[in-house]
Amino acid sequence: MTEDRKKASEEQLAYAAVLNKGMWIGLALLIVTFIIYVSGILPSYVPIEKLSEIPQGSKVPYWGMRAHELNEAFNIPTGWGWVSLAGKGDYLNFVGIAILGGLSMVCYIVILPILMRKKDTSYVVIAALEVAVLLLAASGILKAGGH
Amino acid sequence: MIRSRKFLRILIAVLSITVLFISMSVFASETQEAVKEAASMSTTPWWVWPLVLFVVTFVLGILAVLGGVGGGVLFVPIVGGFFPFNIDFVRGAGLLVALAGALAAGPGLLKRNLASLRLALPVALIASAAAIVGAMIGLALKPNVVNILLGATILFIVAIMATAKKSDFPKVPKPDNLSQSLRIMGIYREESIGKDVEWQVHRTPQGLALFIIIGIMAGMFGLGAGWANVPVLNLLMGAPLKISVATSKFLLSITDTSAAWVYLNQGAVLPMIVVPSIVGIMLGSMIGVKILARAKPKAIKWMVIGLLLFAGLRALLKGLEIWE
Repeated sequence: MTEDRKKASEEQLAYAAVLNKGMWIGLALLIVTFIIYVSGILPSYVPIEKLSEIPQGSKVPYWGMRAHELNEAFNIPTGWGWVSLAGKGDYLNFVGIAILGGLSMVCYIVILPILMRKKDTSYVVIAALEVAVLLLAASGILKAGGH
Repeated sequence: MIRSRKFLRILIAVLSITVLFISMSVFASETQEAVKEAASMSTTPWWVWPLVLFVVTFVLGILAVLGGVGGGVLFVPIVGGFFPFNIDFVRGAGLLVALAGALAAGPGLLKRNLASLRLALPVALIASAAAIVGAMIGLALKPNVVNILLGATILFIVAIMATAKKSDFPKVPKPDNLSQSLRIMGIYREESIGKDVEWQVHRTPQGLALFIIIGIMAGMFGLGAGWANVPVLNLLMGAPLKISVATSKFLLSITDTSAAWVYLNQGAVLPMIVVPSIVGIMLGSMIGVKILARAKPKAIKWMVIGLLLFAGLRALLKGLEIWE
């Protein structure tokens, strides 16, 4: 009995397995897409050299601006609008970032059936609520500030 | 022989910190020069910044492991204080740096049963929901207010690091009703004493309540939250130190995910800052683990505390517009 309790549970191992695969895929994609970005293989939506430039009338370079100011300066879409720009060198990087960001959600979805089979009701509710929280965060519905 | 090894280790640490300080000073003055420029073009080529960022985060990765802190807590105040990037993008990158580290460590910790899913899931639900709120507050606040609050938080973390005690095996006389009903308990092999250690937790409602604050702060400042997770799990809830550290690390993969999405959706993520930082911190951490395996340099912890103190003061003074 003690030996069983010393081992990680079925859902914990399932979570770990998905996390492991997804993490490597996400990180590898992040590095490959970054190489594509800086090498200029694909044109960038915001030219790479522009980021360190100080625009006329400003005291700071573009990457020193607040996020909403930079978005306005280059007409960058917020929320999931980046998907339409994924063919550009800079926004291609967001694919890897989104995979890393979506990984926990996938892990929760994977363990839900295991928890249900075990009739672990409280953890089924907790896991389902967590998926809802992560979906809400990822949805882009939530807006910060009055910008 | 032992003395010379010790000297070598201290020398490596001192050199790393010196390189870090020099790079920070050079690039802080560079930034000030750039700001003074009236011309529309910066004289520094764009590629210099990601390169320096990579070098600095590599050193931070080493120091973070040796100092026993997460990369995010060093990353945000140092990069925010000494690089020309807006604090919005630094916090977005900080969250992704902490997230990548947690995702990388998570599978191993879960498989070895050191990170407990039963302990992490309820805590993660509270902390991740709060982190969304924190991220929204953080992005709505003015940068100088963020810097003041960030500086104050970093100084608070310094105080915690300098004074907080840790308990390897806290006594939990009676688990509370909530932890019992959720069956938050476990058993793990403690190799240092060659025994199996059974653990359970108490004061779960109080712990969960504190994770609301921790989640908000993690989202607001992009710091990661290991510095707060571990004391709450270990000292308040009574989880063994190893379980607390491992569960905290895994927990960041969920808490930071929710906040990172808010930053991503608000356009506060720049790949030019994120990718060199993630790669730098991860490579640095790997080297740090190798150095750590040979020794436990306590002096490094105090150097990290000193570094955080400096970075915290810098953020505070920057926010107060005393040190621009």
